[in-house]
Amino acid sequence: MRIVHNLSKDKLASLSLIIAVAIILVGICAPVFAPHDPNEVNMKLRYAGPSWEYLLGNDHLGRSVLSRLIYGIRPSMLWVLVALGISVGIGSVAGFIAGYFKGKADTVIMRLCDVMLSFPGYVMTLAVVGILGAGLTNIMIAFVVMKWAWFARVIRTSVMQYSEMDYVKFAQACGISHFKIITKHIIPVTLSDIAVIASGSMCSMILQISGLSFLGLGIQAPNAEWGMMLNEARGVMFTRPELMLAPGLAIVIVVSAFNFLADGLQVALDPQLRTSSKKLRTNEVEKSTYEYAGG
Amino acid sequence: MLKVEGIVKSYKTGGFFAKERQNILRNISFECGSGECLGIIGESGSGKSTLGRLVLGIEKPDRGTVRLNGENVLHRTVRLGHLSAVFQDYTSSINPYFTVEEAILEPITAQRKSRAEDRSKVELLLNQVGLNPSYMSKHAHELSGGEAQRVCIARAISTEPECIVLDEAVSSLDVSVQIQVLKLLKELKELYNMSYIFITHDLQAAAYICDRIIIFRDGQIEETVEAQRLKDVQSPYARKLLNSLITF
Ligand SMILES: Nc1ncnc2c1ncn2[C@@H]1O[C@H](COP(=O)(O)OP(=O)(O)OP(=O)(O)O)[C@@H](O)[C@H]1O
Ligand SMILES: [Mg+2]
Repeated sequence: MRIVHNLSKDKLASLSLIIAVAIILVGICAPVFAPHDPNEVNMKLRYAGPSWEYLLGNDHLGRSVLSRLIYGIRPSMLWVLVALGISVGIGSVAGFIAGYFKGKADTVIMRLCDVMLSFPGYVMTLAVVGILGAGLTNIMIAFVVMKWAWFARVIRTSVMQYSEMDYVKFAQACGISHFKIITKHIIPVTLSDIAVIASGSMCSMILQISGLSFLGLGIQAPNAEWGMMLNEARGVMFTRPELMLAPGLAIVIVVSAFNFLADGLQVALDPQLRTSSKKLRTNEVEKSTYEYAGG
Repeated sequence: MLKVEGIVKSYKTGGFFAKERQNILRNISFECGSGECLGIIGESGSGKSTLGRLVLGIEKPDRGTVRLNGENVLHRTVRLGHLSAVFQDYTSSINPYFTVEEAILEPITAQRKSRAEDRSKVELLLNQVGLNPSYMSKHAHELSGGEAQRVCIARAISTEPECIVLDEAVSSLDVSVQIQVLKLLKELKELYNMSYIFITHDLQAAAYICDRIIIFRDGQIEETVEAQRLKDVQSPYARKLLNSLITF
């Protein structure tokens, strides 16, 4: 509750949250919001400009751009969210085990992460797509395989820091079970870190999936996806630039919303209760996010 | 009651593949009787806190055992309700998201299920450590150092354990508060008949509260003396400690 309260004070972050939630809702209820069937071809309306019936005009096959945009939310955002959830889940379990129990488990998991992280992200994704073939599911698999290691890394750092706290030592000394200690003392404090890194990497994942679809490796035609819509509009880039505008803007808005949300969350979740050591680590997390986005 | 036998502990130094190990504790054995206060005193870095962690069963010794009433403390259930601790750093001793009440109740609820008399129990404990029951709903950052340390003591005695390890429990407090807390600890010891393992580098505090003092140096026991006979310690290191105290 305190988090919501803090976040509501930050106008930009609350606006971003509203936009993100609204887009997700529209995506889930796409058939309700979309005025037309996104795959309905109508050659008479080829490259038609905006009209009352087709608010954003029609593409090279006369399909409604607005409807395609709305249906495009599903692969561009919802499936990315699912992939993100799965990789954060795997990463959290691995990170908690490594950071809390340390010792051999930590060594094994971290070496495994090192191996995963030593491959450049895009190359690995391309390799997985090359092996399994193009398509949304395969890209999702590639994402999960690639990202969990990175989440495990960051979450481990966070868990390790908190499991050094004296209140955790006290709980251990009293004979309280590890499970209880993790759920009561460690998850609540690391949750904020997990939320921040998850919303931050959401952006890079959206961009990547659009990028891969743009290259024709992602979702297959005729299904709608923002990156693919950009690709389809590429041919008429100079004669009808407005066709690139809609999916382009959609990507920019969603990515910015999640970026601002990540920033806002970071501030909202950082109460005065935290010690200065916490700041140090947040910087580290930020730095790795940056490096990651750069690579 | 609490029996430490031949404990050895070393930590890896250097990188992942480094073979070198730094010996922190070398073959420590001692015993702490029921109702006794055993002081462990030594220089910074001599391995006192490490010993404390091993006694509490948080870490595993390389060799040797720590037994409480004949059972190894590495088993969680042996510690549950029988062993407790107070640490030096009161700022990180209480979960920042917990209220004082929740913090004090944590070890009690781990031990049993009933909740009926919990509130009155917390009130009683707070009274015993000299805090007003209105502190119950406060969070850690709203407490002063002395108050936080009192809450930690209340939390430590809440299950009426047989033994409490106090690692520099008063060292970070103001001198006047130190005396109050030491007095409190002494009273509580009589009340509950607990034994203390009092880890400190402050000879005066140790002399005040302890029955027996172990002089600790470089991971080894240099000497064990009765607190009353502190004046006639033999080992050069202990003499040095004592002299520096007197000149000061
Ligand atoms: N987890 C660890 N890993 C590696 N080395 C450690 C670890 N914990 C302690 N040490 C080393 O063990 C030695 C003793 O540390 P310890 O904290 O027990 O000292 P201490 O006697 O409590 O000192 P102080 O009075 O300053 O608290 C130090 O040299 C420290 O570097
Ligand atoms: Mg210490």
